[in-house]
Amino acid sequence: MLFFSRWKAAAILITALVVCLFAVPNFFPEAMLQSLPKWAQRHIVLGLDLQGGSHILLQLDEDAVRKDMLETLRGDVRRVLREARLGYTGGIVIRGDGVEVRLAEGADPQLAVSKLRELSQPIGGLFGGTGRRTIDVADAGGGLIRLSVAKAAIEERVSKAVEQSIQIVERRVNELGTVEPTIQRQGTDRILVQVPGLQDPQRLKELIGKTAKLTFRMVDGTMSAEQALQGRPPADSEILYDAKNTTTPYLVQKQVLVQGEDLVDAQPGFDQRSGEPIVSFRFNSNGARRFAQVTQENVGRPFAIVLDNQVISAPVIREPILQGSGQISGSFTPQGATDLAILLRAGALPVPLTIVEERTVGPGLGQDSIEKGKIASYVGSIMVIVFMLLTYGLFGLFANIAVAINVAMIFGILSLLTATLTLPGIAGIVLTVGIAVDSNVLIYERIREEVRNGRTPIAAIDAGFTRALATILDSNITTFIAATVLFFIGTGAVRGFAVTLGIGIVTTVFTAFTLTRLIVAWWVRWKRPQTVPI
Amino acid sequence: MRFRRVSFPISAALSMIAIVLFFHPGLNLGIDFRGGTLLEVQAKSGKADLGRMRATLNALGLGEVQLQQFGNESDVLIRVSEQPGGDAAQQAAVAKVRTALGDEVEYRRIEVVGPRVSGELLSYGTIGIILAICGILLYLWFRFEWQFALGAMIANVHDLVLTIGFMSLTQIDFDLTSIAALLTILGYSLNDTVVIYDRIREMLRRYKKLPMPDLLNASVNSTLSRSIITHVTVTLALLALLVFGGQAIHSFTATMMFGVVLVGTYTSVFIASPILIYLGVGTGRADGPES
Repeated sequence: MLFFSRWKAAAILITALVVCLFAVPNFFPEAMLQSLPKWAQRHIVLGLDLQGGSHILLQLDEDAVRKDMLETLRGDVRRVLREARLGYTGGIVIRGDGVEVRLAEGADPQLAVSKLRELSQPIGGLFGGTGRRTIDVADAGGGLIRLSVAKAAIEERVSKAVEQSIQIVERRVNELGTVEPTIQRQGTDRILVQVPGLQDPQRLKELIGKTAKLTFRMVDGTMSAEQALQGRPPADSEILYDAKNTTTPYLVQKQVLVQGEDLVDAQPGFDQRSGEPIVSFRFNSNGARRFAQVTQENVGRPFAIVLDNQVISAPVIREPILQGSGQISGSFTPQGATDLAILLRAGALPVPLTIVEERTVGPGLGQDSIEKGKIASYVGSIMVIVFMLLTYGLFGLFANIAVAINVAMIFGILSLLTATLTLPGIAGIVLTVGIAVDSNVLIYERIREEVRNGRTPIAAIDAGFTRALATILDSNITTFIAATVLFFIGTGAVRGFAVTLGIGIVTTVFTAFTLTRLIVAWWVRWKRPQTVPI
Repeated sequence: MRFRRVSFPISAALSMIAIVLFFHPGLNLGIDFRGGTLLEVQAKSGKADLGRMRATLNALGLGEVQLQQFGNESDVLIRVSEQPGGDAAQQAAVAKVRTALGDEVEYRRIEVVGPRVSGELLSYGTIGIILAICGILLYLWFRFEWQFALGAMIANVHDLVLTIGFMSLTQIDFDLTSIAALLTILGYSLNDTVVIYDRIREMLRRYKKLPMPDLLNASVNSTLSRSIITHVTVTLALLALLVFGGQAIHSFTATMMFGVVLVGTYTSVFIASPILIYLGVGTGRADGPES
């Protein structure tokens, strides 16, 4: 146990040294880090709880996707039946995950089924290879035809919507100009947005939580909004409320004249006459043509600019707008105008997203946590070091050296993985110090015991290592299992704890098996001790 | 090993008390598991007027709003219980609180957990602890005999039950970090148990004739100095975290302190070892009545 070949000793030392060296870039200032080659730039990233920032989990509204798909299907069915000149009675009803229609007397159900089957497509595209189709068409007898949307088709649509949403959220967040935001998919229908070092989390939430579906529609002039509220609004119009004064109703046509997709640019600015903040926009050629046509036909009548079913403003068309650009003024603040422009440029989300979890830490608290974590680590380390020296003397010093190298190696590996250090992560490191010290205690106590059993110093040291190492391995593997489970079930900060604990266990076993043994072996060779000083 | 006649009834009684505490008053579930909103604010004037803030926030009609001094006198922790109406309603509540408190305070921390996520976190946490116990059991079964694995598991569950009882009694916030604390306690306590079991196994091989109680006594005694020294060092490290680590990890370290230092050590010596006798380790030895 105490013999190391020259090669083996060299290999151990080099491994420890190299791993420790990876920790070095953490101490370099940012500017110096940039000048290093890429592989040497790896360093530990501070978690959001330490540097401040926002962690926001968004969930896509699966019901909205389903509803949207069924509405589209209903429209398609209506179109197909009309084109095939097949009559039906009682309308087309949405039931569960499908659509039902009862054919009129004399309509051929066979023909209807075969025509409607054309709506169905292979799931996963033509080459998806699953052989399953998006819609199942069945003749339920008695002229009743049932179309049901496959679960997999809904899942596929959700998945696509998530992908699109990620791109749009990314565009919106990037406009904030923060450093290194991360936006990633989580599970099937969630998006995790992490933005470090943010001053105003409320603004971030407003930016990413909005669907931002912009439409231009005509205000229905056939009756006043109040009349419509008391009676029944016309079938092709609906009541919408003002975005600012949420009690002010408007009667707006359902038909969309131009929508957000037709915008090519939107910029915040100020109105030249009133000095009020505005958003100016430009349409693409299609949008410009439609807008020109509508404004020509409706001079003198009001139209509504609607964002997410709220009326931003309802100006009267004074003259035809032909050049394809315009402006929105809706008693904005300058910030509000800027944000609306960002939203319009980034595009609308395909479906609404809801914030299901938010964790925001202000920069002040993060700094405090770092300070406290540092103090706790220093105090804890010093107490442990002193205690070990008092208990074991020279061997206590060996243990302290081994533990110090151990901690340096933890930082090295964390840097190599560019892992995130969280507050519980620091706690994990402090606990690792406890475990690392324990491995030394196990070895030394065993040596003491072997000495008491009457062995010679060298034989006692040898036997002490041999016996204790088996125990160290067993006990560390059990803790490692707990750390692994934590890693897989934990999120955010807890995961950070699992990572440092897990890495700490690996380095602890490494140092116990190699470094501590090497240090003691060298000491034995140098001193040829007659007694063991522990 | 005579102490098992005392330690087992004591442990059984304590476990019963812990279980009662678990049901009444029960764990003080934090927002991670119950859903809701937590805000940590710091008064810009340097001293928070708790009474006025409480009056302002209770007037918002958000149901139960708890305020609590946190650390020093300028810091206040505000807890708003989960709002009916799904995930969007929680965000609306935060907006209301922010408008009500205005610019008088700095928002140091905001945590909002919606009903869907809190349910998932709770089940993940429970599954995690069960998985960890199973994984460790399998490993011990593989390395030792089944009696050892079973003994370790009983010791484990005993630790968890007592710690959960402690958390119910002190009403410490039970959140995600508490799950981390529980799992670490599990790991540490097993660490201790494994060290002693390792020694018992070694003694079983070496001394074929020694009666079981004597053998267990000898094993515990020979590992006792290690247990003490290790626990002193772990206590020192935890003490530093507890005193200087700040409020954010306070409940974590307090739980660890109780679980690792008090329960874990006691369990490995007084429960995990003697239980091997009942599980039939070393039957067939000269296992007469204890002297």
